Amino acid sequence: MELVEAIILAVLAASTPLLIAATGELVTERSGVLNLGVEGMMIVGAACGFAGAWLTGSILVGALLGIVAGTLMSLVFALMALGLAVNQVATGLALTILGIGLSGLIGAGFVGERITPAVHLHIPGLTDIPMIGRVLFGEDGFVYFSVALIVGVWWFLYRTRAGLILRACGDNHVSAHALGYPVLRIRTFTVMFGGACAGLAGAYLPLAYTPFFIPGMTAGRGWIALALVVFSSWRPGRLVVGAYLFGAVTILQLHAQGWGVGIPSQFMSALPYLATVIVLVLLSRARTGGSTAPAALGTVFVPDR
Amino acid sequence: MQLVLEKRAERSNTIALVSPLIAIGLTIVTMTILFAILGKNPLLALHAYFIAPLTDGYSLQEIAVKATPLVMIAIGLSLCYLANAWNIGAEGQFLIGAVAGSWIAVKTQGTDAGAWVLPAMLVLAAAAGALYALIPAICKVKFGASEILTSLMLVYVADLFLDYLVRGPWRDPHGFNFPTTAEFDPVATVPLLIEGGRLHLGSIIALLVVAAAAILLGRTIKGFEIRVVGAAPRAARFGGFNANQLIILTFAVSGALAGLAGIIEVAGPVGHLQPGISPGYGFTAIIVAFLGRLNPLGILIAGLFLALTFIGGEQAQIAMKIPLDVTKVFQGILLFYVLACDSLILYRFKLVFPSRQVTRGAG
Repeated sequence: MELVEAIILAVLAASTPLLIAATGELVTERSGVLNLGVEGMMIVGAACGFAGAWLTGSILVGALLGIVAGTLMSLVFALMALGLAVNQVATGLALTILGIGLSGLIGAGFVGERITPAVHLHIPGLTDIPMIGRVLFGEDGFVYFSVALIVGVWWFLYRTRAGLILRACGDNHVSAHALGYPVLRIRTFTVMFGGACAGLAGAYLPLAYTPFFIPGMTAGRGWIALALVVFSSWRPGRLVVGAYLFGAVTILQLHAQGWGVGIPSQFMSALPYLATVIVLVLLSRARTGGSTAPAALGTVFVPDR
Repeated sequence: MQLVLEKRAERSNTIALVSPLIAIGLTIVTMTILFAILGKNPLLALHAYFIAPLTDGYSLQEIAVKATPLVMIAIGLSLCYLANAWNIGAEGQFLIGAVAGSWIAVKTQGTDAGAWVLPAMLVLAAAAGALYALIPAICKVKFGASEILTSLMLVYVADLFLDYLVRGPWRDPHGFNFPTTAEFDPVATVPLLIEGGRLHLGSIIALLVVAAAAILLGRTIKGFEIRVVGAAPRAARFGGFNANQLIILTFAVSGALAGLAGIIEVAGPVGHLQPGISPGYGFTAIIVAFLGRLNPLGILIAGLFLALTFIGGEQAQIAMKIPLDVTKVFQGILLFYVLACDSLILYRFKLVFPSRQVTRGAG
C-alpha cells in the first residue's frame, strides 16, 4: 500500500510539468499558432527559476521568474512568427536552439548548488488519511495549480465569449479578421500564455522535482508536451488523461529499473519517447475521418488592409 | 501610426541575395552587446571568434573537419525542407549511422580484415541512417503522424541506444571502464588527406554531396518535383506529382547523408565510438540549411561559417574564458535573424495611419 501511494505521488510529480506546459501550448494552438519552442522556453524557465530561488531563497520568486523568462522567450517568437510572418515551424526550432544555449549560459553558475524544494501541503488529519491523504492533501503548490489551470482553461475556451473568439481565430483567421477581431493581437496573447506556462513548467523541475539545476534537465519534456496536445485532440479533458498516462510511463520505467528487471536501463529510459511515437501513430491512424486540429494551425496570417 | 507588413508584388531578388549578410551583421551586433554584458572585451571576443581561427593552418583544417558533417546533414535537410517535409531528427540519424558503421569496425577489430572494411562501414551507415529516417516518414505518409515530433523523439532513442552499446557489449575491455569502444583499426579509419594533419577524406565526400545536390535540384525532374511540391502543393497535385513519395524519398536521402556523416565523424576525427560524438551537428545543420537558403552552394558556405563559430567558440573559451554556451546562443540568434530577414523577401514594411486611411477609404 505504501508503495502504491508512493508511485501515485511520483506519477503526479512527473506529470505536472507536462500538464502545465501542454496546457499553455493547447491554448496557443487553439488560436492557430504552432509554437515548437516549448522545450526552449521550458529550459530557460528552469534556469531562471532556479537562479531566482537560489538567490532569494523563495520558491515563489523562482516560479515567477520562470514565468517571466518563458513569457519573454515567447515574445521573441510572437515578434517573428506573428509580426514578421515567418514560418512557425522554423521559428519554433530557432527558439529551442536559442533557449538551450541561453539556459546553459544563465545556469552555468548554479550547477552543483542545491535549494530547499517546494514545501508540500500538510493539513493535520486530512493529510494523514491512509492511501489518499498524501495524494489529495499532501502535494506541492504546483500540482494544485496545474489542476486549477487546466480547469480554468477548459472553462475559458468553452464557456466564455472570449474563448469562442480565440477558437474562431484558430479555425478560420480570415473570417475572424473579417468580423473585426484582432487576430494577431489575440494570437500574441495566446503565445505569451503558452510561454508563461512553459516557463513555469520548466521552473517546476529544479524547484520541486529535483532540488538542483543541470543543463538540459528538461530532457525533451517540451517536445512530449507538444505531442500531448496532439494526443488530446486539442481538448483540455483528454490532455489531463494524456499527461498523467505519460507521467505513469515515466515512473513505471524508473521503478522497473529499480526492481532490476533484466532489461538494460537505457531501453527503459527510451520508453517515454517510444511511447510518444507509438501514441502519435495510433491516434493519427484512428482519426481517418478528418483532422481535429484547429484548421488554421501553423499557417501564416497577414491581415489585408 | 502603425508599422505593418505588406506582401510584395513579387519576391525581391536583391533582398534574397543580401539577407544572409544582413542577418550575420545583425548577429554580430547582438553578440557584441552580449559580450559586453558578460564583461568581456567585445572586440577581442569577436577577434577570437571570427578572425583568429582563420590565421593558422591547423584551425583552417579544423574548420573544414567541423564543416564536413554540417554540410552533409544540411544538404539532406534542405531537400526535406524544400519538399515541405520537416525532418528535425537528423541528430538521431547521425548517431544511428555512427552506431551501424561502428558495428563492422568493432566486429573486425584485431582481425586481418582487408580494405573492404571502411567502404562497408560507409554503406551500412548510410543505409541505417536512411532506414531510421524512414520511420517518421512512413508514420507521416501512412498514418498522418507529425514527422516533426516523431523524428525528434527518435533522437533521444538513438542517443540512449548508443549509450547502451558503449557502456555494455561494445565497451573497450582495456578502456579503464570509460564508456567507449577501442580505437578503430587503420582499415576502419577514414584516411587523412595530409599526413599528420586533420583534413580527411570525408571533406571530399561532402563536396561531392554538394555537387550531386546541385545537379539534382538544378538539372533533374526529381529536383523540380521536390521544389514544386514544397512551393506550390496544389499545383504539384494537378501536375500529378506524388507528394507522399517525395516525403519518403527526401527523408531517406537526408537520413542516409546524416548516417554517412555520423560514421565519417566516428571513423575520422574521433577514432572510436563514444557518447557525445556530436556537439549537436544535427540541430546546427538546420541553421546551416536555412542560412544557406536551402541551396547547395549556399549550404557549403553556411556550413563553413558555422564551423568557424564552433572553432572560434572553443578558442574564445580557452583564451578569454567565454562559456561554450555562447556559441549556441550565437547560432540561435543567427537563425532568428536569417528567418526575419527572409521575411523581407516576400513582405515589406509599411507605415499606416489608421484614421487617415479610413477617410481615404470613404472618399
